[in-house]
Parts: sequence; structure tokens; C-alpha cells
Amino acid sequence: MKENKKQYWKGVEQLTNHPEFVKYASKEFPRDLPYKEGVLQEEEGGSSRRDFLKLMGFSLAAASLAACEAPVRKTIPYLNKPEEINPGIPNYYASTYTNGGNYCSIVVKTREGRPIKIEPNKLSDVSGSGTSAQAEASVLSLYDKARLGAPSINDSQVEWSELDKQIKTKLENISSGGGQIRIVSKTILSPSTKAVIQEFINRYPGTELVMYDPVSAYGITKANQESFGKAVIPSYDFSKAKTVVSFNADFLGTWINPNKFSSDFIKNRKLDHGKKEMSRLYQFESNLSLTGANADYRTPIKPSAEGLIVASLYNLLAAKAGRETVSTAKIEVDHLTTAANDLWKHKGQSLVVAGSNDPNIQIIVNAINDLLGNINSVIDLKTPVYFRQGNDEQMKQFVSDLESGKVQGVIFLDSNPVYDHYLGDKIKTALAKINLKVSISEHGDETAAESDYLAPNHHYLESWNDTNPVEGRYSLVQPVISPLFNTRQGQESLMVWMGQKEPDYLEFIKDYWKENLFVTQTKQLDFQTFFDQCLYDGVYSIDLRAMTMEFIVFGGNLDAAASKISSTYKTNSTGVELALYETIAIGDGSQANNPWLQETPDPITKACWDNYLTISQTMANELAIEMYEGETYQVQLKVGDQLLELPAIIQPGQARGTIGLAIGYGRTKAGRVANSIGVNAYPLLSEVAGVPVYSRIEDVSVSSSNKSVKVAHTQTHQTYMNRDFVVQETTLDTYKNHPEHAFHRPKIAASNALEKKLGDEIIDGKLEPRKISLWSGHSYNNHHWTMAIDLNSCTGCSACSVACQAENNVPVVGKEEVLNRREMTWIRIDRYYSSEKTATTNAELEKAAENPEVVFQPMMCQHCNNAPCETVCPVAATTHSTEGLNQMVYNRCIGTRYCANNCPYKVRRFNWFKYHDNTSFPDNSSMNNDLGKMVLNPDVTVRSRGVMEKCSFCVQRIQYSKLEAKKKGRRVIDGEVTVACASACPTDAITFGDIRDPESKVSKLLQVKDKGDKQEIHEHRAYNVLEDINVRPNVWYLAKVRNKEENA
Amino acid sequence: MEVVSSVRTPLITSAKTLGDVTQDICVRVEAKPPRTWYLAIAVSLSLLAVGTYTLFFTVWEGIGVWGLNKTVGWAWDITNFVWWVGIGHAGTLISAILLLFRQKWRMSINRAAEAMTIFAVICAAFFPLVHMGRLWLGFYWVFPLPNTFGSLWVNFNSPLLWDVFAISTYFTVSLVFWYIGLIPDFATIRDRAKNKVSAAIYGALSFGWTGSAKDWSRFESVSLILAGLATPLVLSVHTIVSFDFATSVIPGWHTTIFPPYFVAGAVFSGFAMVLTLLLITRKVYKLEDYITIQHIENMNIIIIVTGSIVGVAYLTELFMAWYSGVPAEQYAFLNRATGPYWWAYSTMMTCNVITPQLFWFKKIRTSLWATFALSIVVNIGMWFERFVIIVTSLHRDFLPSSWAMFYPTFYDVGDYLFTFGFFFTAFFLFAKFFPVINMAEVKSILKSTSTSDKAIK
Repeated sequence: MKENKKQYWKGVEQLTNHPEFVKYASKEFPRDLPYKEGVLQEEEGGSSRRDFLKLMGFSLAAASLAACEAPVRKTIPYLNKPEEINPGIPNYYASTYTNGGNYCSIVVKTREGRPIKIEPNKLSDVSGSGTSAQAEASVLSLYDKARLGAPSINDSQVEWSELDKQIKTKLENISSGGGQIRIVSKTILSPSTKAVIQEFINRYPGTELVMYDPVSAYGITKANQESFGKAVIPSYDFSKAKTVVSFNADFLGTWINPNKFSSDFIKNRKLDHGKKEMSRLYQFESNLSLTGANADYRTPIKPSAEGLIVASLYNLLAAKAGRETVSTAKIEVDHLTTAANDLWKHKGQSLVVAGSNDPNIQIIVNAINDLLGNINSVIDLKTPVYFRQGNDEQMKQFVSDLESGKVQGVIFLDSNPVYDHYLGDKIKTALAKINLKVSISEHGDETAAESDYLAPNHHYLESWNDTNPVEGRYSLVQPVISPLFNTRQGQESLMVWMGQKEPDYLEFIKDYWKENLFVTQTKQLDFQTFFDQCLYDGVYSIDLRAMTMEFIVFGGNLDAAASKISSTYKTNSTGVELALYETIAIGDGSQANNPWLQETPDPITKACWDNYLTISQTMANELAIEMYEGETYQVQLKVGDQLLELPAIIQPGQARGTIGLAIGYGRTKAGRVANSIGVNAYPLLSEVAGVPVYSRIEDVSVSSSNKSVKVAHTQTHQTYMNRDFVVQETTLDTYKNHPEHAFHRPKIAASNALEKKLGDEIIDGKLEPRKISLWSGHSYNNHHWTMAIDLNSCTGCSACSVACQAENNVPVVGKEEVLNRREMTWIRIDRYYSSEKTATTNAELEKAAENPEVVFQPMMCQHCNNAPCETVCPVAATTHSTEGLNQMVYNRCIGTRYCANNCPYKVRRFNWFKYHDNTSFPDNSSMNNDLGKMVLNPDVTVRSRGVMEKCSFCVQRIQYSKLEAKKKGRRVIDGEVTVACASACPTDAITFGDIRDPESKVSKLLQVKDKGDKQEIHEHRAYNVLEDINVRPNVWYLAKVRNKEENA
Repeated sequence: MEVVSSVRTPLITSAKTLGDVTQDICVRVEAKPPRTWYLAIAVSLSLLAVGTYTLFFTVWEGIGVWGLNKTVGWAWDITNFVWWVGIGHAGTLISAILLLFRQKWRMSINRAAEAMTIFAVICAAFFPLVHMGRLWLGFYWVFPLPNTFGSLWVNFNSPLLWDVFAISTYFTVSLVFWYIGLIPDFATIRDRAKNKVSAAIYGALSFGWTGSAKDWSRFESVSLILAGLATPLVLSVHTIVSFDFATSVIPGWHTTIFPPYFVAGAVFSGFAMVLTLLLITRKVYKLEDYITIQHIENMNIIIIVTGSIVGVAYLTELFMAWYSGVPAEQYAFLNRATGPYWWAYSTMMTCNVITPQLFWFKKIRTSLWATFALSIVVNIGMWFERFVIIVTSLHRDFLPSSWAMFYPTFYDVGDYLFTFGFFFTAFFLFAKFFPVINMAEVKSILKSTSTSDKAIK
């Protein structure tokens, strides 16, 4: 073969043998990488590159670790451990919350010696089975930095001995000179305190006790004196009343003893498969109150017509009874005739109440109740209640005595009349010339500021006391913590000033009980045992059945009352009328410095951190006021010669021509939280028949100022947009006749293929969402925690919300952040208005009717079984427990907020900022100062910034109960686990339990049928909110039933 | 029969030679930048400075500095995220899909478009990072890293996690693709380098490129493989981004139409952004011969096609809401169009559906000024599209009790400006230091007839 002489080349560079090419040719596929060398070296035992890296890495890590220093936190162990304190184990003490005449029998939960939570005392039949927002929040008031820390004279701190010496000398001087001394107090429920004061009066003759109530019910006392010869407030038994008619009495919210009234009233509103009857409530009122919101029929009335309407009701009933009518101008308002018919039908089982402080109205009300035979049955005058003992006439006399200089010494005992009495300004002026002014108070309040001597009092959780709220019912107050400040129990101060060397109020109480109560029972033979038992129970009752069966009859002068009503009230007043009211949270304003209460939105307006004028839509149109997302206008309110500027908000249900304003705001010396919030409405009260009434029918005018202002609302949309997948309700008749068809059952469209798959069931293209799912579902082998919320029972009182805040360390964010729509509450109460009017467009649907119906819907994490939040979290920070809980793992949360966005109920709350240990949030006092932090529940993490949080079904309580049961070697028994909201609820609207336990309360309520691996709910009223999206919540709602005529 | 093939209009005009191309492009890297460049970078750096301050403050104080609330948990953050990711799409579409379809006209724009992609994806990635409440934990907890917590793992069900994978894959592939394309051009600059520093830097960047046949062969294969890899990414990334919404239960989000609708929208906004940038670059760098009216017209045609797809999607959504019979769904869409955010919805409709229809007129789609104006309008519209989807769906969902409004704060705006600052700073630096047009590729489409060859000699 011939040798091939040809040259083959790959590129021009190769052919020409370009030096550049030669240089790189060998490098195109380098085969000499040095990776084998290291391995060889290592085999030989030398130190390799790897060893070097290892050593260097270690040194670097060690060096950087050594540079870190963890902050030192000191904990001090007990040297001698108190017997009853075990770290981690709570102790419970029965006690009583009192604030003037506001009462709640409670159990205080303490951890390591710190009271952290108020629970209801279920043994009490005076305050019902729940608590109230104010009682729940009172534990935070204990840790209020604004409390007085030491005794002082004219603003300079002194020793107690110095204070006592000066006061004693002055008392002595006044008394020996025949001068007058007054002890001014709000209602005193404590018999022992009264006994102390009596001793004081004996020691210093010329002393008188003057009691007043910021929200007075003196009109009732006075009327009862006139009508029945008994100057008392009777017991009203709402549970016996089948028809209730109320005129401006907010008995579910603020009137006299709302806890007990709510719990009794709701007993008659509960429905189950056996009980299909409920009471009916007619409410005639000016402002939309909580009671009006729960009424079956509500009629807005003007305060100027109130007396005439009550008299008209009397006349309607008198006509039926064949009695003489009274001669007042006839006035016709909606539902008055039907109310009269209903009352007549339920004679002896009905109740008419009025909130007015005008004794004449109360006399007519007495006459109506007498006519209906309700006295001695529903109204019990022989078991009076003592919640409102204030005597307005005596108080007025005191003010004039003060002005005339008749009085030389005043001791304010836990009272603040300069702020919360309508004659406060006069008291303030008159005090200037008083020789001895002493304030026994917790706070350096408005009255204390006018006093020379401040004798700081204990908080009730640091005090001993007793109470007698209702005839024959007693309870004890016991200290659950050593005094935090240099304070002294008020009673002991009085005892010192009487000359006692080392007074012991506890011994005094014991003596009182030994003398007066020990003898009323026969069970215990030894007093100490008796007292210990009472202290353990918190309550003690005397059996009153043995008392004589006295039959009380009406003996009042009806005509005199009617003629006074004719002169006071008018049928056709045209002017603007002001109606004052108390809010659920702030009440009379004495606890205004409590941020939990300030941030609790009013159940009706859903606004917080402010008071404002509530005006009707008609008036808003006149004043050209529009409201959008909480933004509204300032208005000028002129009452007599007083001029106030405040925001106005449009309130559906506000009677035309009236305006509403809450008292309890406008504090100037309450503390950092409450000062300069809102305006003080107490001076706006007017007088009728010599007593203050909480309305003003003359000399009121409102003008707009064109100044826009924002009111912090937690809810800005009023209606539920006809979304029956959110709120379901029906009328009693419909429910009775067709319970199975009374409610909306959402269906989803389903294909034929699905029909085949589901077997025999004929679905006709429509299917209950519950029948199908993409997910295989969770199996619960142990517990399956479930909650049922009865919309018929929820009055909207918000006790649950504050209880949750206390239990779960929920931060307060302050007005600015509420305006930014970032409140943190885990349980909120959605308030929706509805009305019969059929709106057609969305814009119309958004507007509430002028006098709407109201529904409250407590809303918290629904613990969905197909939880939309769980699937979207990228880091699995929210997961499902084996017991049905949707749990939040704070440690793992990175804060993408995807879960909150995907939550159809919008119950997830994000920590937008660091709310703890951050001076930017001073209102969050439970996390931003060392004192406030003592209220925190150590079982619940304080969440850091950037994490999501939400209702946990109080998992710490579930866990605690499970561990307790485990120690006893058994399962948790129904009722052992209660969540904070359910426990606080005065009407038992919230039921929590295990539906795998067929005997549990919640199982029975929901009529659960156990199908082995799953539980079916059979209660007709039970529904899930947003059932159609099939997230399968573990929270069930029982639909609302209204006792009203169809299409009425 | 005589077959006469038409003469194609050249993609590069003015009969550029190979040498011209090298000279035209490299001179921008080598020469001192024009005064306008300094002005531009000064503006973008000051934006970046303001943005850095707000971004720092956001991370320091917490997400609360934004206008979000209990009801609206995402607003500008995720709007900006989706918007930037969408913009990124054009680059990949141009370099990958058009490469596979042998669309040679892409060659003069793909470099800048890909650079835009990279920078846009970085801008986009800022928002998922910053919007986290606890960024310092989040940025590694979202990765399925082995850990000492036992079985603690990421949640593979979560679309946000899919996002992490989608975005990081997309970014990696785009970056590699872009860089590979840059290597031959870096080598050209290296070879022309006059001083040692730039020779060393571009030498390092060119990874020892020699221009040998083997180099070119590998270069071609890698480009093709990466184009193949990047092609599904064009579709998948925005599909997955749309899953953030589509897999949720919120009316207005829970929509199966989202994946194609989002991809079309992304390409739409991406091309608009390419146009905005290139029209400026073309003018400043006098690249009229490389980026011709033909290029602009082609891109405008893509805009009108994708814009119309988006428009059809909007109408389909409305129809489906009505047809579904689901009250919450119906309300969500009615509220979008007529509720408090009607202005955002009409801005979106006008900018995305109505104004791009002007491109049906040849005069408008070949007009530089009209194209520039409309390209900005489209991106405004696309920002509002995401805002409408996110905010108007969230602000009024199922329970009217929680309905709320969203009002942006200074920090919402500032953090958005930060990304603009970053994007333009990065782009201007790119335009100065990197060859803005792919010289190597463009050279392959020059008309090299014998006559013009002669003209060179």
C-alpha cells in the first residue's frame, strides 16, 4: 500500500502550527489534575490539606463560640419553700371582685405567688356562672404602675405614722368642735366595712356616711319606698319571665347585675331537641344597647317620650285588666301593643323593667308589674340586692353642705366624685375651703388630686373583705399576693384614725361573721372551721326560705306619678336629645387605666380607645357626616353652656333625634393609658325630680366642624351581606315546625361520575360538601376537641375576649395600631346588622338599616380539619394535632403570613412589631414593664416579632388536664378541660369538649352519633361557618333563633 | 418553473462587517462612558441609597412599617415579587425559546434581555426574603436542609416552597446560560485589552477561551442544552408563582386559569421591560444598526399577542365568577371592578388590554416614541394586575367583619424603590462593563457576500 502522504488537519491553526495553537493544544484536555496526591499523602500518615482545614475550622468555631456571651438572667430559688407553692402548679383562691356596686364572685388563679387570671366561682348564685370583661381585666389593674405607692401629704411622701398623726389631730379638732365629717363612698357591699364606719361614726360624732353610685339606680329605691314601703332594689328573676319588656334598661350589659341577669335571661333562650320554647324580649331604648341588640323586637324611642310610653303601656294593660287608666298623653310607638298583649298572656310570668332613674317612671313600672302579678313571683322584694345603695338626694345634700361650709372634713373612701359625679365640678371648687380632705384610694385620681392626705388603699386582690351583695348571700375577699406597694387597707386606715394601735381588719371580719353569720347555720360547730369553709368556697348563703311569706302589694300613688310624667315628658319634642350610657368595658371609668379594657371594642360600635357621639343616619345626613373605614368627623356638642368637641359615628338603631355618649372617658388623672382619651360625660347629666337622670332632653345641639378624625374600630363593615354561609338564623315558629328545613344547607355542584362513586345516594347534581374531599382526613384515636357556640346564647358581652387576652398573653397594641387594623385578639365578637328589607345591590347590602336586628358571632380559630393554613406554610409551622387542634409552632414560624391570607375566617394575628420590651408600645403594660409582666401566664409563650399567632384552644389547659388525669391513671373527664373563653362566658354560650366522648356536654349539645371512626353531628341548628368551602372546622355554631312573628 | 426566493431583509443593517461589530460593541466597554451614563448611574444609586435605608428600617423594626394589616397580609411585597419575576421571563423566552425556534433576530437583543432577567429575578427574590417576619431564620429554613431537629422538614405541600425551588432553579439556569454566552465576548475584550488590569479581569472571566473549534463545538452544545433546560422554566416559573394564589381558598385567588394567564402576563410585561431598556440603550450607545425597527416591531407583536391573551383571561375570570354561582366568588370580582379599588382595576384594564391594541397599527408599532411610552404603560398595568389580584381579593373575602383597606406607607414605596435602584444600577454597570450585544452570535448573521467581502479589502 502506498504511503499516504496527505496531511489531515482540523483547523487552519493546526495546519500552520500557529504558536498560539501549540501553546494551548496540550491543555485542551488536561490530564494532570493533582487530585491524587492528597490521598496518597494521607495514606502515608502525613498531615493533609483536609487535616489542615479541619483544624482551622475547629479553631475558628471555638474562637467565635468563646466570644459569645449569653445574657445573664437571675432566678432566685426558695431557701424555704412555702408549703403551698410548687413551681409550675397553679393555686386557686376563692375571692370576690367588687368595684363599688359591681360584683363578681371569682376564683383567682395564682402562679408562684402571682395572681394571673380571674375565673368564675361556679358556687355563686349571685353573679351567675361566668365573669365579666371588667372582672377579668381587674387582675391587670393590680399591676398598674399608676397606683399610689406610698402615703403622701400635699403631694410629698410621708411615713404612715406622720399621716396618721396629722389626720387624727384634725379629726379630733373637728369632732371636738362639733364639726361635721363625711365619709364619701360608692356603694359598699361589705357589712364589715359598714361596721367599721359605724365605729368610726361612734368615735367621731358628726360623721356621716354618704354613698353614691356613678350610675345610679336610686330612682328604683325611691319608687319602691313609695310603692311598696321598701327602699330597696328587688331581685329580678329573668329566668321566670316569658315576656320581658325593658325601657332603656341594659340588663344584659350594664344594668345592676348584668352577669346574673344574662345568665338567667339566656336560660329561657336556649333551645335543644327537647326544649323548643323561648322567652320574648321587647326593648324600647334610645341608644342601641347590648340588650337591644339581643331583643326580639326593638323600638327606638326618644328619652323625652320615655315616661309617656311607659304610661301608655300601663294604660293598655289597665284596659285589659279593667282598671282605671292614668291620664297621660297617648303615644303610639311600634310594638307597644304587641308587647302589652304578650305581657297580658304571660301574667305572673313576665317582667317589665326600666333603666330610668326617674322615680315616677319606676312607680308606673311597679304598677305594671303589680297589674301583671309579677311582684312576689318574678320580682322578689324580700330578697333585695345591694348593688346600688347610693342615695342621690343625700349626695346632693352633701354637695351643698360642702359648698356652704357646713362640712369640715371629708374622707373619700374608694370614690372619685370629682370625676364621676355629675356635680363633680362643684365638689372640686368647694373642696378648696375644706379643712381636712383625705382620699383613701388606689390611684391618685381626680378627687385625690384635690385632697391633702392620700392614704393609698390595697387593690382588692391584696385585701381582706366580705360582701353582702344580695340579702342572705355573703362572700369573702381574700388577699392573693402581698401588697406590692406601701399601701394599707382602707378599713385599717379608718381603724387607725379611730385610735386603734395595731388594727387587724381580718380579725374584725371574723368577729363580724362570728356574731352575725356563724349563728345562722348549724352545719359547722366550730367557728374557725365555718370560716375556713366559707373562705374555701368563697361564698356563704343563709337559707331564707324560713322567713315569713309576706305578700307585697302595690300601694303607690299612680296618679301623682302620672301627672309628674305628664309635666316632664312630651310626645313630640323636636330638639336633639342626649342619652348617656355605660360601655361594657370601661363602665363608670374607674378601671379606665386598664389597657385590656381600653382595647376591648364596644360590642355594638366595635370601636375602642375613645368615646364618641353616636348619631342616627338621619342626623348624619343633616350634618353631612359620612363614615368610611372608621374615618369620620369631629362635631361640637353643646349641652347647656358646656361645649365639647368629639368624633361622631353613625350608629344604626340610634333613635332619630337622639345622640348617645358613653360615660367613663375623659379621665385626666387615671394614669398614662386613660388620660386624655375621650371626653367626660358625667357633667352632662340632667336632673328630674331632684335626682340625676342619664339623659338630657333640652338645650342640646350638635354642629359639625368639618374636621376629619379617625375612631379606632376593629370592624368597619356592618352587615353580613346576606351571606347565610356566615350567619344563619330563623324564627322560632319556623324552627318549631320544620327544624330540619329551617336552615341553609350549602350544596356544591357534583358530576355524575361522582354520583356513581358515592354509591346509592341520589345527589341530583348537588352534594353536601362534607361528603367529598381531596384529603383522606385525619383519624383521631384519642380525643377530638370540639367547640360549640350557641348564637342564641351569646349576648356579645366580651368577657371571653378579655379572658382570652389574660390567659394567652395577647398583647395590647394601642389606638394607632388598631386604626391600622392590627389588633391581636384571638377571639373577637363579630357584630352584624340585618333587617328584613331586601337590598338588591352590594352597595345597598353594605348599609345597615335604620333600626336593624343584630347578631353576635364569636369568631376564633376554627381548628379546621382540612385547614387551609396548614397546607400553605412553607416550613410546616402550623400543623394538625392528633386531637384535632390546629397548632401554631412559634419557634418554627418565619412569618410569611401566607397562612393568614389563606385563612377564610381571618383569625390569624401577626406580630407586626416586637410588642414586648418595646417602649414604642407603652400601652401594652403587661409586657413592657417589670410590674406589668407579673400578670403574664407562664404557661404561654410571649410571642416574638415576626411570628403568627392565633387561638390554640387553650392547649396549655388541655395539656395540664391531660397530665393531671394521667397521674390519676384515667382519661380526662368531660368538664375538666375548659378553655378560657368558655369558662368566662356568663351565659354558657361556648361549650368545649371531646366529641369522641359520647357523654360529653358538647357531644350531647351537637347530638353526636358515634360511627366508630367518625362522629356525625345531628343537631339541626348546628352548622359550620363557610361550610361550602369544606375546610371542616372543629367549631360548630348553633344558629340563632328569634322569637318573633314571621314577616313582622 | 422558476423559483425565486425572496431576499430577506438583513437583520443587521448598514452592511456591518465582522470588524465593525467588534469595534461597535467593544468600544463601549473600553471607552469612557458618556456623560449620560454618569447621570443615569447617579440617579439609580441615589434610588438605591433611599431604598437601602427603608429596607434596613423594615428589617430592623418589623413588617409593621408597611401598610399591611390583619386582613391584607400581602400587598406591595408580593405584588412587586410577581411583577419582577414576570419581567424576568422575556429574557429567558428570547434566549431559550427563540433559540430553539431559530429566530435569528433574537441575537441582537438576547444579551441585554438575559441580563435584565438576572437582575429582575434578584429584585424579585428580595421581596419573599424581606416580607418574612423572621428573615434571619427564614432564608435557610425554607430549604430542605438536613438538620438536628429530628424529622423537622419543610412542608412540600406549600406553594411557597415550590416557589423557592422554582425561583432558585430559574435563577441558576438563567445565570449559567447568560454567562456561557458571555465567554466568547469576554475573550474578545480580553484580546483587545490595552491595560493589564482589564486583561487580567476579562481573562479570568473568559475562562481561558481560545476560540478553537472544540471550544465552539462545546459552546454550541451547552447553549442548546441550556436552552432546552430553560424552555420549560419559562412556563414553569410563573405557573408555580401563580400556584401561590391558585391553590388557596380565597375568592379571586382560587382560579384554575391562573397558570397560563400568569405566563402570558409575564411574557407581556417582560417584553415591555426589554423594550424600555433597549430603546434607551440603543439610543445612548447608537446601536440602531443592531437593534432595528424590525426587532422592535417583532417585540411589539409579541406584546399584542400576550396582551390579548391576558385580556381574554380577565374576561374569562369575570365570566367564570358569574357562571360559578358562588356568591363569595361573584362578589370578589364585582368588588374588583366596582369596589373601593375600582381605580386599580380600571388602570389594569386600560394599560393591559386597551392600550396595547394600538399596536395593531403598523405606524404605532414601528414608532419608537409610541413603543417606549406603551412599554412603560404595560408595566404599570402589569403591576396593577398583581396588586388587584392580591389586595382586592384579600381585603374583602368571606367574613365581612374582617373587611379592611390597605394603604401603603413610605416603607412600602421605599422598598420598591430599592429594587429599582438595584435593577438600574446593575443594568448600567452591565452596560458599561459587559458587551451589551452578543458579538459572537451577531457575527453569524451578518450578510457576508463576496461583494461585501471585497468591500472590506
